Amino acid sequence: MNKQIYFDYAASTPLDPRVLKTMLPLFEFDFCGNTMSLHSFGQKASEIVEESRNTFAKILNSKPQEIIFTGSATESNNTVLKGIAFANQKKGKHIIISSIEHDCIVESSNWLKKMGFEITKVPVDKFGLIDLEALKLSIRPDTILVSIIHGNNEIGTIQDLEAIGKICKENKVYFHTDASQSFGKTPIDVQKMNLDLLTASSHKIYGPKGVALLYIKSGTKIEPLLHGGGHEYGLRSSTVNVPLIAGFAKAAELCIEEMPQETERLTKLRDKLINSILTSIEGSYLNGHPTQRLSNNINISFSKVEGESLMLQLDFAGIACSTGSACSSNSLEPSHVLLATGLKAHQAHGSLRFSIGRWTTEEEIDYLLEVIPQVINKFRILSPFKL
Amino acid sequence: MTNLSYSPKVLEHFRNPHNFGSISNADAVGEVGNLTCGDVMKLYLKISKNSEGKEFIEDVKFETLGCAAAIATSSVVTDLAKNKTLEDALKIGNQDVIKALDNLPVVKIHCSLLAADALTEAIYSYYQKTAQSIPDYLEKKHQQNLVCHREKAIK
Repeated sequence: MNKQIYFDYAASTPLDPRVLKTMLPLFEFDFCGNTMSLHSFGQKASEIVEESRNTFAKILNSKPQEIIFTGSATESNNTVLKGIAFANQKKGKHIIISSIEHDCIVESSNWLKKMGFEITKVPVDKFGLIDLEALKLSIRPDTILVSIIHGNNEIGTIQDLEAIGKICKENKVYFHTDASQSFGKTPIDVQKMNLDLLTASSHKIYGPKGVALLYIKSGTKIEPLLHGGGHEYGLRSSTVNVPLIAGFAKAAELCIEEMPQETERLTKLRDKLINSILTSIEGSYLNGHPTQRLSNNINISFSKVEGESLMLQLDFAGIACSTGSACSSNSLEPSHVLLATGLKAHQAHGSLRFSIGRWTTEEEIDYLLEVIPQVINKFRILSPFKL
Repeated sequence: MTNLSYSPKVLEHFRNPHNFGSISNADAVGEVGNLTCGDVMKLYLKISKNSEGKEFIEDVKFETLGCAAAIATSSVVTDLAKNKTLEDALKIGNQDVIKALDNLPVVKIHCSLLAADALTEAIYSYYQKTAQSIPDYLEKKHQQNLVCHREKAIK
Protein backbone atom coordinates (compact mmCIF):
# COMPACT_ATOMS: atom_id res chain seq x y z
CA MET A 1 0.00 0.00 0.00
CA ASN A 2 1.41 3.36 -0.95
CA LYS A 3 -0.04 5.54 1.77
CA GLN A 4 1.61 8.31 3.72
CA ILE A 5 -0.22 9.02 6.94
CA TYR A 6 0.88 11.66 9.41
CA PHE A 7 0.19 10.85 13.06
CA ASP A 8 2.78 13.22 14.51
CA TYR A 9 0.88 16.52 14.78
CA ALA A 10 2.25 16.98 18.31
CA ALA A 11 5.77 17.17 16.85
CA SER A 12 4.79 19.71 14.23
CA THR A 13 1.82 20.44 12.01
CA PRO A 14 1.47 21.17 8.31
CA LEU A 15 0.86 24.81 7.45
CA ASP A 16 -2.80 25.60 6.77
CA PRO A 17 -3.15 26.96 3.20
CA ARG A 18 -5.26 29.83 4.59
CA VAL A 19 -2.32 30.80 6.80
CA LEU A 20 0.04 30.69 3.84
CA LYS A 21 -2.34 32.93 1.90
CA THR A 22 -2.26 35.47 4.73
CA MET A 23 1.52 35.43 4.89
CA LEU A 24 2.52 35.50 1.23
CA PRO A 25 1.78 39.18 0.46
CA LEU A 26 3.71 40.16 3.59
CA PHE A 27 6.95 38.94 2.01
CA GLU A 28 6.56 41.58 -0.72
CA PHE A 29 8.17 45.01 -1.04
CA ASP A 30 5.32 46.88 0.63
CA PHE A 31 6.00 45.21 3.96
CA CYS A 32 9.79 45.32 3.89
CA GLY A 33 10.02 47.93 6.61
CA ASN A 34 11.49 47.44 10.04
CA THR A 35 8.74 47.81 12.63
CA MET A 36 11.02 50.14 14.61
CA SER A 37 11.27 52.63 11.73
CA LEU A 38 9.04 55.68 11.93
CA HIS A 39 8.58 56.03 8.16
CA SER A 40 5.51 54.69 6.41
CA PHE A 41 7.13 51.37 5.48
CA GLY A 42 8.02 50.71 9.09
CA GLN A 43 4.62 51.75 10.29
CA LYS A 44 2.85 49.54 7.79
CA ALA A 45 4.82 46.55 9.05
CA SER A 46 4.25 47.59 12.62
CA GLU A 47 0.50 47.78 12.11
CA ILE A 48 0.40 44.14 11.03
CA VAL A 49 2.27 43.10 14.14
CA GLU A 50 0.01 45.15 16.42
CA GLU A 51 -3.10 43.66 14.81
CA SER A 52 -1.66 40.23 15.52
CA ARG A 53 -0.93 41.22 19.09
CA ASN A 54 -4.56 42.32 19.48
CA THR A 55 -5.74 38.99 18.13
CA PHE A 56 -3.81 37.09 20.78
CA ALA A 57 -4.85 39.50 23.53
CA LYS A 58 -8.49 38.84 22.69
CA ILE A 59 -7.99 35.08 22.58
CA LEU A 60 -6.11 34.95 25.89
CA ASN A 61 -8.11 37.70 27.63
CA SER A 62 -4.99 39.80 28.20
CA LYS A 63 -3.90 43.31 27.26
CA PRO A 64 -2.12 43.59 23.88
CA GLN A 65 1.06 44.94 25.48
CA GLU A 66 1.24 41.79 27.59
CA ILE A 67 2.02 39.70 24.50
CA ILE A 68 5.53 39.51 23.06
CA PHE A 69 6.57 37.51 20.02
CA THR A 70 9.59 35.21 20.12
CA GLY A 71 11.28 32.75 17.78
CA SER A 72 10.11 29.52 19.39
CA ALA A 73 8.37 28.03 22.41
CA THR A 74 11.82 26.96 23.57
CA GLU A 75 12.88 30.61 23.52
CA SER A 76 9.74 31.69 25.39
CA ASN A 77 10.29 29.05 28.04
CA ASN A 78 13.98 29.91 28.39
CA THR A 79 13.03 33.58 28.77
CA VAL A 80 10.60 32.72 31.56
CA LEU A 81 12.91 30.49 33.56
CA LYS A 82 16.07 32.56 33.21
CA GLY A 83 14.36 35.95 33.02
CA ILE A 84 12.28 35.44 36.18
CA ALA A 85 15.21 33.84 38.00
CA PHE A 86 17.58 36.72 37.34
CA ALA A 87 15.04 39.48 37.95
CA ASN A 88 13.77 38.06 41.23
CA GLN A 89 16.80 36.53 42.90
CA LYS A 90 16.67 39.09 45.69
CA LYS A 91 13.35 37.59 46.74
CA GLY A 92 14.61 34.05 46.43
CA LYS A 93 16.30 31.43 44.34
CA HIS A 94 13.74 28.64 44.45
CA ILE A 95 11.79 27.55 41.37
CA ILE A 96 9.12 24.86 41.12
CA ILE A 97 8.45 22.87 37.96
CA SER A 98 6.68 19.54 37.43
CA SER A 99 8.25 16.17 36.76
CA ILE A 100 6.68 16.07 33.28
CA GLU A 101 7.96 19.29 31.70
CA HIS A 102 9.29 19.58 28.16
CA ASP A 103 13.06 19.32 27.77
CA CYS A 104 13.45 23.08 27.28
CA ILE A 105 12.05 23.70 30.79
CA VAL A 106 14.04 20.80 32.25
CA GLU A 107 17.30 21.89 30.66
CA SER A 108 16.80 25.57 31.56
CA SER A 109 16.21 24.45 35.15
CA ASN A 110 19.33 22.30 35.08
CA TRP A 111 21.32 25.29 33.88
CA LEU A 112 19.85 27.51 36.59
CA LYS A 113 20.83 24.90 39.16
CA LYS A 114 24.43 25.36 38.04
CA MET A 115 23.94 29.11 38.53
CA GLY A 116 22.97 28.56 42.16
CA PHE A 117 19.19 28.28 41.92
CA GLU A 118 17.24 25.51 43.58
CA ILE A 119 14.68 23.51 41.60
CA THR A 120 11.84 21.41 43.01
CA LYS A 121 10.00 19.00 40.72
CA VAL A 122 6.40 18.39 41.78
CA PRO A 123 5.34 14.76 41.21
CA VAL A 124 2.34 13.62 39.18
CA ASP A 125 -0.07 10.73 39.67
CA LYS A 126 -0.35 7.74 37.34
CA PHE A 127 -2.48 9.79 34.93
CA GLY A 128 0.07 12.60 34.83
CA LEU A 129 -1.95 15.03 36.96
CA ILE A 130 -0.02 17.36 39.28
CA ASP A 131 -0.26 16.53 42.95
CA LEU A 132 -1.76 19.81 44.18
CA GLU A 133 -1.02 19.07 47.84
CA ALA A 134 2.63 18.43 47.00
CA LEU A 135 2.67 21.70 45.07
CA LYS A 136 1.30 23.64 48.05
CA LEU A 137 3.83 22.04 50.37
CA SER A 138 6.75 22.78 48.07
CA ILE A 139 6.10 26.54 47.94
CA ARG A 140 8.49 28.38 50.30
CA PRO A 141 9.08 32.04 51.16
CA ASP A 142 11.96 32.11 48.66
CA THR A 143 9.96 30.52 45.82
CA ILE A 144 9.82 32.90 42.86
CA LEU A 145 8.19 30.86 40.10
CA VAL A 146 5.94 27.89 39.48
CA SER A 147 6.08 26.58 35.90
CA ILE A 148 3.71 23.77 34.97
CA ILE A 149 3.03 22.44 31.49
CA HIS A 150 -0.65 22.75 30.46
CA GLY A 151 -1.26 19.92 27.98
CA ASN A 152 1.56 17.43 28.13
CA ASN A 153 3.36 16.85 24.84
CA GLU A 154 3.89 13.13 25.39
CA ILE A 155 0.92 11.79 27.33
CA GLY A 156 -1.60 14.55 26.59
CA THR A 157 -2.76 15.07 30.18
CA ILE A 158 -4.29 18.52 30.72
CA GLN A 159 -3.66 20.16 34.09
CA ASP A 160 -6.23 22.11 36.05
CA LEU A 161 -4.58 25.51 35.61
CA GLU A 162 -7.29 27.32 37.53
CA ALA A 163 -6.60 25.26 40.64
CA ILE A 164 -2.83 25.68 40.29
CA GLY A 165 -3.24 29.41 39.60
CA LYS A 166 -5.26 29.81 42.78
CA ILE A 167 -2.50 28.20 44.83
CA CYS A 168 0.13 30.44 43.23
CA LYS A 169 -1.97 33.56 43.81
CA GLU A 170 -2.53 32.72 47.48
CA ASN A 171 1.21 32.29 47.87
CA LYS A 172 2.15 35.32 45.76
CA VAL A 173 4.35 33.30 43.42
CA TYR A 174 4.63 33.89 39.67
CA PHE A 175 2.79 31.23 37.66
CA HIS A 176 3.86 30.21 34.17
CA THR A 177 2.43 27.57 31.89
CA ASP A 178 3.87 26.05 28.75
CA ALA A 179 0.75 25.86 26.60
CA SER A 180 2.57 24.83 23.41
CA GLN A 181 0.39 21.76 22.97
CA SER A 182 -2.89 23.05 24.42
CA PHE A 183 -3.14 26.54 22.92
CA GLY A 184 -5.71 26.49 20.12
CA LYS A 185 -7.07 23.13 21.27
CA THR A 186 -8.59 24.00 24.63
CA PRO A 187 -9.83 27.36 25.97
CA ILE A 188 -7.31 29.46 27.91
CA ASP A 189 -8.12 32.58 29.90
CA VAL A 190 -5.05 34.07 31.58
CA GLN A 191 -7.13 36.02 34.08
CA LYS A 192 -9.41 33.19 35.10
CA MET A 193 -6.39 30.91 35.42
CA ASN A 194 -4.38 33.57 37.24
CA LEU A 195 -1.46 33.18 34.86
CA ASP A 196 1.48 35.58 35.02
CA LEU A 197 3.24 34.01 32.06
CA LEU A 198 2.23 31.73 29.21
CA THR A 199 4.03 30.18 26.25
CA ALA A 200 2.26 29.36 22.97
CA SER A 201 3.68 28.14 19.70
CA SER A 202 2.73 28.65 16.06
CA HIS A 203 3.90 25.45 14.35
CA LYS A 204 1.74 23.28 16.65
CA ILE A 205 -1.43 24.99 15.38
CA TYR A 206 -0.92 24.90 11.60
CA GLY A 207 1.07 28.15 11.60
CA PRO A 208 4.65 28.65 10.38
CA LYS A 209 7.69 27.36 12.28
CA GLY A 210 10.01 29.92 13.82
CA VAL A 211 7.51 32.02 15.77
CA ALA A 212 5.92 31.76 19.21
CA LEU A 213 4.62 34.07 21.90
CA LEU A 214 5.07 34.81 25.53
CA TYR A 215 2.32 36.40 27.58
CA ILE A 216 3.77 38.43 30.46
CA LYS A 217 1.29 39.98 32.86
CA SER A 218 1.85 43.74 33.40
CA GLY A 219 4.05 44.39 36.38
CA THR A 220 5.89 41.06 36.22
CA LYS A 221 9.58 41.46 36.99
CA ILE A 222 11.52 39.74 34.21
CA GLU A 223 14.84 40.13 32.40
CA PRO A 224 15.17 39.59 28.62
CA LEU A 225 17.40 36.92 27.11
CA LEU A 226 18.25 39.08 24.10
CA HIS A 227 19.48 42.63 24.57
CA GLY A 228 19.66 45.06 21.69
CA GLY A 229 17.34 47.44 19.86
CA GLY A 230 14.57 47.16 22.42
CA HIS A 231 11.94 45.43 20.30
CA GLU A 232 8.90 43.84 21.95
CA TYR A 233 8.86 46.30 24.88
CA GLY A 234 12.55 45.69 25.45
CA LEU A 235 11.91 42.06 26.26
CA ARG A 236 13.00 40.51 22.98
CA SER A 237 15.38 42.53 20.86
CA SER A 238 15.55 41.27 17.27
CA THR A 239 14.05 42.62 14.08
CA VAL A 240 10.41 41.61 14.17
CA ASN A 241 9.39 38.86 11.74
CA VAL A 242 6.18 40.33 10.36
CA PRO A 243 4.95 37.58 8.00
CA LEU A 244 5.47 34.79 10.53
CA ILE A 245 3.71 36.71 13.30
CA ALA A 246 0.74 37.46 11.04
CA GLY A 247 0.64 33.80 10.03
CA PHE A 248 0.71 32.72 13.66
CA ALA A 249 -2.20 35.08 14.43
CA LYS A 250 -4.21 33.76 11.48
CA ALA A 251 -3.53 30.19 12.56
CA ALA A 252 -4.70 31.00 16.09
CA GLU A 253 -7.87 32.68 14.83
CA LEU A 254 -8.74 29.63 12.75
CA CYS A 255 -8.18 27.29 15.70
CA ILE A 256 -10.39 29.36 17.98
CA GLU A 257 -13.15 29.63 15.35
CA GLU A 258 -13.14 25.92 14.68
CA MET A 259 -12.41 24.74 18.21
CA PRO A 260 -15.83 23.41 19.29
CA GLN A 261 -16.41 21.24 16.19
CA GLU A 262 -12.77 20.24 15.81
CA THR A 263 -12.43 19.20 19.44
CA GLU A 264 -15.52 17.04 19.15
CA ARG A 265 -14.33 15.46 15.89
CA LEU A 266 -10.81 14.76 17.13
CA THR A 267 -11.97 13.47 20.51
CA LYS A 268 -14.17 10.93 18.74
CA LEU A 269 -11.29 9.77 16.52
CA ARG A 270 -8.91 9.72 19.50
CA ASP A 271 -11.23 7.61 21.61
CA LYS A 272 -11.97 5.25 18.75
CA LEU A 273 -8.26 4.66 18.25
CA ILE A 274 -7.57 4.23 21.98
CA ASN A 275 -10.50 1.90 22.64
CA SER A 276 -9.90 -0.21 19.55
CA ILE A 277 -6.21 -0.72 20.33
CA LEU A 278 -6.82 -1.50 24.00
CA THR A 279 -9.50 -4.07 23.21
CA SER A 280 -7.83 -5.68 20.19
CA ILE A 281 -4.18 -5.85 21.28
CA GLU A 282 -3.23 -7.89 24.30
CA GLY A 283 -0.75 -6.22 26.65
CA SER A 284 -1.54 -2.65 25.61
CA TYR A 285 -2.01 0.17 28.12
CA LEU A 286 -3.05 3.80 27.80
CA ASN A 287 -0.59 6.38 29.10
CA GLY A 288 -1.99 9.67 30.42
CA HIS A 289 -5.48 10.56 31.57
CA PRO A 290 -8.46 8.84 29.89
CA THR A 291 -10.57 12.01 29.61
CA GLN A 292 -8.59 14.99 30.88
CA ARG A 293 -6.33 14.87 27.84
CA LEU A 294 -5.59 16.75 24.63
CA SER A 295 -8.15 15.92 21.97
CA ASN A 296 -5.39 14.88 19.57
CA ASN A 297 -3.12 12.76 21.78
CA ILE A 298 -2.94 8.96 21.95
CA ASN A 299 -0.09 7.36 23.90
CA ILE A 300 -0.02 3.60 24.40
CA SER A 301 2.52 1.18 25.85
CA PHE A 302 2.82 -2.29 24.33
CA SER A 303 4.41 -4.85 26.60
CA LYS A 304 7.34 -7.03 25.45
CA VAL A 305 8.15 -4.92 22.40
CA GLU A 306 10.36 -1.91 21.80
CA GLY A 307 9.09 1.43 20.48
CA GLU A 308 11.74 2.36 17.95
CA SER A 309 11.25 -0.93 16.12
CA LEU A 310 7.50 -0.39 16.08
CA MET A 311 7.90 3.18 14.88
CA LEU A 312 10.20 2.20 12.01
CA GLN A 313 8.02 -0.70 10.94
CA LEU A 314 4.98 1.60 10.96
CA ASP A 315 6.99 4.08 8.88
CA PHE A 316 7.54 1.32 6.30
CA ALA A 317 3.75 0.95 6.24
CA GLY A 318 3.45 4.69 5.61
CA ILE A 319 2.50 5.70 9.14
CA ALA A 320 4.49 8.41 10.96
CA CYS A 321 4.35 8.46 14.78
CA SER A 322 6.78 8.78 17.69
CA THR A 323 8.01 6.81 20.71
CA GLY A 324 9.21 7.35 24.28
CA SER A 325 11.72 4.53 24.02
CA ALA A 326 15.28 5.15 25.14
CA CYS A 327 16.46 3.59 21.90
CA SER A 328 15.07 6.49 19.92
CA SER A 329 16.77 9.17 21.99
CA ASN A 330 20.38 10.23 21.79
CA SER A 331 20.66 10.04 25.57
CA LEU A 332 19.51 6.39 25.51
CA GLU A 333 17.23 7.23 28.44
CA PRO A 334 13.53 6.41 28.35
CA SER A 335 11.02 9.28 28.49
CA HIS A 336 11.17 11.06 31.86
CA VAL A 337 7.47 11.86 31.48
CA LEU A 338 6.46 8.21 31.27
CA LEU A 339 8.75 7.31 34.18
CA ALA A 340 7.19 10.14 36.23
CA THR A 341 3.76 8.54 35.84
CA GLY A 342 5.17 5.41 37.45
CA LEU A 343 6.00 3.35 34.38
CA LYS A 344 8.99 1.02 34.58
CA ALA A 345 11.74 1.59 32.02
CA HIS A 346 10.72 -1.46 29.98
CA GLN A 347 7.13 -0.17 29.76
CA ALA A 348 8.37 3.23 28.56
CA HIS A 349 10.52 1.50 25.90
CA GLY A 350 7.37 -0.01 24.42
CA SER A 351 5.39 3.22 24.07
CA LEU A 352 4.05 4.87 20.94
CA ARG A 353 2.50 8.31 20.58
CA PHE A 354 0.00 8.97 17.82
CA SER A 355 -1.05 12.60 17.52
CA ILE A 356 -3.83 13.53 15.13
CA GLY A 357 -5.02 16.82 13.68
CA ARG A 358 -6.88 18.88 11.14
CA TRP A 359 -6.36 16.52 8.20
CA THR A 360 -6.74 13.23 10.03
CA THR A 361 -9.61 11.16 8.65
CA GLU A 362 -11.48 8.17 10.00
CA GLU A 363 -10.08 6.13 7.09
CA GLU A 364 -6.57 6.87 8.33
CA ILE A 365 -7.51 5.70 11.83
CA ASP A 366 -8.97 2.53 10.32
CA TYR A 367 -5.81 1.92 8.31
CA LEU A 368 -3.68 2.26 11.43
CA LEU A 369 -5.97 -0.14 13.28
CA GLU A 370 -5.55 -2.62 10.45
CA VAL A 371 -1.75 -2.37 10.40
CA ILE A 372 -0.82 -2.10 14.06
CA PRO A 373 -1.74 -5.63 15.25
CA GLN A 374 0.50 -7.12 12.53
CA VAL A 375 3.36 -4.84 13.50
CA ILE A 376 3.08 -5.63 17.22
CA ASN A 377 2.83 -9.30 16.40
CA LYS A 378 5.96 -9.27 14.23
CA PHE A 379 8.08 -8.02 17.11
CA ARG A 380 6.42 -10.20 19.73
CA ILE A 381 7.41 -13.21 17.63
CA LEU A 382 11.00 -11.90 17.52
CA SER A 383 11.08 -11.25 21.27
CA PRO A 384 12.58 -13.73 23.74
CA PHE A 385 9.80 -12.79 26.16
CA LYS A 386 6.43 -14.28 25.38
CA LEU A 387 3.20 -12.71 26.57
CA MET B 1 16.30 8.54 15.25
CA THR B 2 15.11 8.53 11.71
CA ASN B 3 15.06 6.01 8.99
CA LEU B 4 17.88 7.80 7.25
CA SER B 5 20.45 7.40 9.99
CA TYR B 6 20.52 3.64 9.45
CA SER B 7 22.38 2.10 6.53
CA PRO B 8 20.27 0.26 3.93
CA LYS B 9 21.89 -2.95 5.19
CA VAL B 10 20.63 -2.36 8.74
CA LEU B 11 17.14 -1.64 7.46
CA GLU B 12 17.23 -4.74 5.26
CA HIS B 13 18.15 -6.99 8.20
CA PHE B 14 15.55 -5.21 10.35
CA ARG B 15 12.79 -5.74 7.81
CA ASN B 16 13.69 -9.31 7.00
CA PRO B 17 15.78 -10.70 9.82
CA HIS B 18 17.73 -13.90 9.11
CA ASN B 19 17.60 -16.91 11.42
CA PHE B 20 15.07 -15.67 13.92
CA GLY B 21 13.25 -17.93 16.33
CA SER B 22 14.46 -20.50 18.81
CA ILE B 23 16.01 -23.99 18.62
CA SER B 24 14.12 -26.33 20.91
CA ASN B 25 16.98 -28.75 21.51
CA ALA B 26 19.76 -26.18 21.36
CA ASP B 27 23.22 -27.22 22.51
CA ALA B 28 23.89 -23.75 23.86
CA VAL B 29 22.05 -20.54 24.64
CA GLY B 30 23.57 -17.11 25.22
CA GLU B 31 21.56 -14.24 26.63
CA VAL B 32 22.74 -10.67 27.14
CA GLY B 33 21.16 -7.30 27.93
CA ASN B 34 18.18 -6.64 30.14
CA LEU B 35 14.71 -5.19 30.05
CA THR B 36 15.65 -1.93 31.75
CA CYS B 37 18.14 -1.12 29.01
CA GLY B 38 15.56 -2.01 26.42
CA ASP B 39 17.65 -4.60 24.58
CA VAL B 40 17.68 -8.32 25.27
CA MET B 41 19.34 -10.80 22.88
CA LYS B 42 19.13 -14.53 23.05
CA LEU B 43 21.16 -16.75 20.72
CA TYR B 44 20.54 -20.48 20.28
CA LEU B 45 23.27 -22.75 18.86
CA LYS B 46 23.17 -26.23 17.41
CA ILE B 47 26.71 -27.61 17.44
CA SER B 48 28.14 -30.55 15.47
CA LYS B 49 31.56 -31.90 14.51
CA ASN B 50 32.94 -31.29 11.02
CA SER B 51 34.98 -33.77 8.92
CA GLU B 52 38.12 -32.70 10.76
CA GLY B 53 36.44 -33.43 14.08
CA LYS B 54 36.20 -29.78 15.02
CA GLU B 55 33.07 -28.47 16.63
CA PHE B 56 31.17 -25.99 14.49
CA ILE B 57 27.91 -24.06 14.54
CA GLU B 58 25.55 -26.08 12.45
CA ASP B 59 22.56 -23.89 13.16
CA VAL B 60 21.96 -20.62 14.94
CA LYS B 61 18.81 -18.68 15.75
CA PHE B 62 18.05 -15.53 17.67
CA GLU B 63 15.29 -13.88 19.64
CA THR B 64 15.68 -10.17 20.37
CA LEU B 65 13.70 -7.50 22.11
CA GLY B 66 15.07 -4.16 21.02
CA CYS B 67 15.44 -1.41 18.49
CA ALA B 68 16.12 -1.77 14.78
CA ALA B 69 19.88 -1.85 15.41
CA ALA B 70 19.52 -4.58 18.02
CA ILE B 71 17.49 -6.70 15.62
CA ALA B 72 19.85 -6.05 12.70
CA THR B 73 23.00 -6.85 14.72
CA SER B 74 21.38 -10.06 15.99
CA SER B 75 20.45 -11.06 12.48
CA VAL B 76 23.87 -10.34 11.01
CA VAL B 77 25.78 -12.07 13.81
CA THR B 78 23.85 -15.27 13.08
CA ASP B 79 24.97 -15.01 9.44
CA LEU B 80 28.57 -14.45 10.52
CA ALA B 81 28.54 -17.36 12.96
CA LYS B 82 26.76 -19.98 10.91
CA ASN B 83 28.98 -22.89 9.81
CA LYS B 84 31.99 -21.45 11.61
CA THR B 85 34.03 -23.59 13.99
CA LEU B 86 33.66 -22.48 17.60
CA GLU B 87 37.26 -21.29 17.49
CA ASP B 88 36.57 -19.04 14.52
CA ALA B 89 33.20 -17.90 15.86
CA LEU B 90 34.92 -16.65 19.00
CA LYS B 91 36.96 -14.33 16.81
CA ILE B 92 33.85 -12.46 15.68
CA GLY B 93 33.95 -9.05 17.33
CA ASN B 94 31.62 -6.09 17.32
CA GLN B 95 33.69 -4.43 14.56
CA ASP B 96 32.88 -7.38 12.28
CA VAL B 97 29.20 -6.86 13.05
CA ILE B 98 29.44 -3.15 12.29
CA LYS B 99 31.32 -3.84 9.06
CA ALA B 100 28.79 -6.43 7.91
CA LEU B 101 26.03 -3.87 8.41
CA ASP B 102 27.85 -1.09 6.50
CA ASN B 103 28.17 0.90 9.73
CA LEU B 104 25.92 1.82 12.66
CA PRO B 105 24.93 5.21 14.10
CA VAL B 106 27.27 6.12 17.00
CA VAL B 107 24.49 5.86 19.61
CA LYS B 108 23.82 2.29 18.43
CA ILE B 109 27.37 0.92 18.70
CA HIS B 110 26.41 -0.82 21.93
CA CYS B 111 24.01 -3.02 19.94
CA SER B 112 26.97 -4.47 18.04
CA LEU B 113 28.66 -5.21 21.37
CA LEU B 114 25.54 -6.97 22.59
CA ALA B 115 25.40 -9.14 19.47
CA ALA B 116 29.06 -10.15 19.70
CA ASP B 117 28.67 -10.76 23.45
CA ALA B 118 25.60 -12.93 22.96
CA LEU B 119 27.62 -15.21 20.67
CA THR B 120 30.53 -15.34 23.12
CA GLU B 121 28.16 -16.13 25.97
CA ALA B 122 26.52 -18.95 24.03
CA ILE B 123 29.90 -20.56 23.26
CA TYR B 124 31.04 -20.02 26.85
CA SER B 125 27.95 -21.80 28.15
CA TYR B 126 28.58 -24.66 25.68
CA TYR B 127 32.18 -25.10 26.88
CA GLN B 128 30.94 -25.07 30.44
CA LYS B 129 28.18 -27.56 29.76
CA THR B 130 30.48 -29.94 27.94
CA ALA B 131 33.18 -29.53 30.59
CA GLN B 132 35.75 -28.23 28.12
CA SER B 133 38.60 -26.06 29.26
CA ILE B 134 37.76 -22.40 28.96
CA PRO B 135 40.53 -20.11 27.69
CA ASP B 136 41.46 -17.29 30.07
CA TYR B 137 40.38 -14.54 27.70
CA LEU B 138 36.94 -16.13 27.34
CA GLU B 139 36.53 -16.46 31.09
CA LYS B 140 37.50 -12.79 31.40
CA LYS B 141 35.04 -11.75 28.71
CA HIS B 142 32.30 -13.73 30.43
CA GLN B 143 33.01 -11.98 33.72
CA GLN B 144 33.00 -8.61 31.96
CA ASN B 145 29.64 -9.39 30.41
CA LEU B 146 28.23 -10.20 33.83
CA VAL B 147 29.56 -7.06 35.44
CA CYS B 148 28.55 -4.86 32.54
CA HIS B 149 25.01 -6.18 32.45
CA ARG B 150 24.64 -5.93 36.18
CA GLU B 151 25.74 -2.30 36.04
CA LYS B 152 23.20 -1.63 33.34
CA ALA B 153 20.50 -3.29 35.41
CA ILE B 154 21.27 -0.99 38.34
CA LYS B 155 21.13 2.05 36.10
